[in-house]
Amino acid sequence: MNLTLKVWRQKNGNAKGELKTYPVKDISPDMSFLEMFDVLNEELITKGDEPVAFDHDCREGICGMCSMYINGRPHGPLQGVTTCQLHMRSFKDGDTIVVEPWRAAAFPVIKDLTVDRTAFDRIIASGGYVSVNTGNAKDANNILIGKEEADEAFSAAACIGCGACVAACKNASAMLFVSAKVSQLALLPQGQVEAKTRVEKMVAQMDAEGFGSCTNTGACHAECPKEISLEHIARLNREYLGAKLSSNNVSI
Amino acid sequence: MSWITKTLSSSIGKKLIMGITGLFLCSFLIVHCGLNALIFANDHGELFNAGAEFMAHNIFIRTMEIVLFLGILLHIYQALMLTLQNKKARPVGYAVTNGNANSKWYSRSMGLLGTLLLIFLIIHLRHFWFVSRLTDEITSGQETLFGEMKEVFESPLWVVLYVLGNVSLAYHLMHGFQSGFQTLGLNHRKYTPIIQSIGFGFSIVIPFVFALMPLAIFFKFIQ
Ligand code: SF4
Ligand code: FES
Repeated sequence: MNLTLKVWRQKNGNAKGELKTYPVKDISPDMSFLEMFDVLNEELITKGDEPVAFDHDCREGICGMCSMYINGRPHGPLQGVTTCQLHMRSFKDGDTIVVEPWRAAAFPVIKDLTVDRTAFDRIIASGGYVSVNTGNAKDANNILIGKEEADEAFSAAACIGCGACVAACKNASAMLFVSAKVSQLALLPQGQVEAKTRVEKMVAQMDAEGFGSCTNTGACHAECPKEISLEHIARLNREYLGAKLSSNNVSI
Repeated sequence: MSWITKTLSSSIGKKLIMGITGLFLCSFLIVHCGLNALIFANDHGELFNAGAEFMAHNIFIRTMEIVLFLGILLHIYQALMLTLQNKKARPVGYAVTNGNANSKWYSRSMGLLGTLLLIFLIIHLRHFWFVSRLTDEITSGQETLFGEMKEVFESPLWVVLYVLGNVSLAYHLMHGFQSGFQTLGLNHRKYTPIIQSIGFGFSIVIPFVFALMPLAIFFKFIQ
């Protein structure tokens, strides 16, 4: 396949960026989108040009690094996949493909298509963990958990922290990510011990990072590679308001 | 900052205020629409005027009128704050976006629909509320509210504007009603589908009945 790529190029966080046009030739439909970028980068390097910087790691849909906003949608046209799982057969010969980085104040561009997503790490560090002693594996298994709760918690835990929810949201809101992280722990007895303080701290950190607020458009869920449900956002709202009313924290 | 102001100024707190005021305004729509529908009795506005008379003098209703104005103002103020804040959350936009692939246009256009509604509301208040509450035209018996309605809806311009106002209302409600419940965290596998259906019905029926009023008067189905 022959394609025309329009790729966001930006030297660094402070530089002004622009979309640059690159024709790519003889692309196999079986290539992944990232492999197509590898081909482009090989060409650029041979020509002595700067290759396009983009994030990637596992290339099998589990690390969440491959942030690319493709033709107006995070991770491209397919539902429930990451960019590394997107194949060129999803495009037509002769297509023009526009590739941009995630856009959010909380995700500043580092270079080209790579953005700084450490805001997510800081939200997790503010409370997205269990710090009470749950004993060793045997003790933990003595705590009975219903299959339904376990499944629900697992579906939340499937979030890979890619940030596509933020990229898709017109408000650059991180509610789907935060709700998944809050839910996965709030649903389980080991996590419930610290549930109130956790949700208060994580939401406070989310706001401090400068993410927008949720207007329930549902774009996040539609674009999430792990199809995290909007029910988690409702749970986050419930957990947060409940915690605010009943926790002993007066200063979070 | 106390924990209360902190809660209410958090992103979820602000949304809580949007949701509560929004759902409160929905309850007002039911009363307003129900009362106005009395014109369909087609009795030269007798029943409707009696209803309007009651609303104008009942102390509870008059108190709720103040609460209602406060509710609207709070809804508008909070919407403005949230919109500005959300704009700031994405200072550099995308060159290409395909929002229709992941969400409904009206769910992304609540600010625009709300602004149209505000413009409509100002005109609407000028037409009826202003005349009935701030002048003595009606209390002095020179004019009835029904008479006022007939006068306003003689003009095709106002009829079209009222119909368009209600189209905006329909789309605003179509997202707003169920969104309010989601924001309050009221989500349940059994009840959410019911809430969504009620919200859909509500957002069609109320604006439809409202829009019928100027049309019926303009085309003289109601005398
Ligand atoms: S919720 Fe979905 S889109 Fe958001 S970070 Fe997690 S996996 Fe990515
Ligand atoms: S590179 Fe790991 S999810 Fe795509």
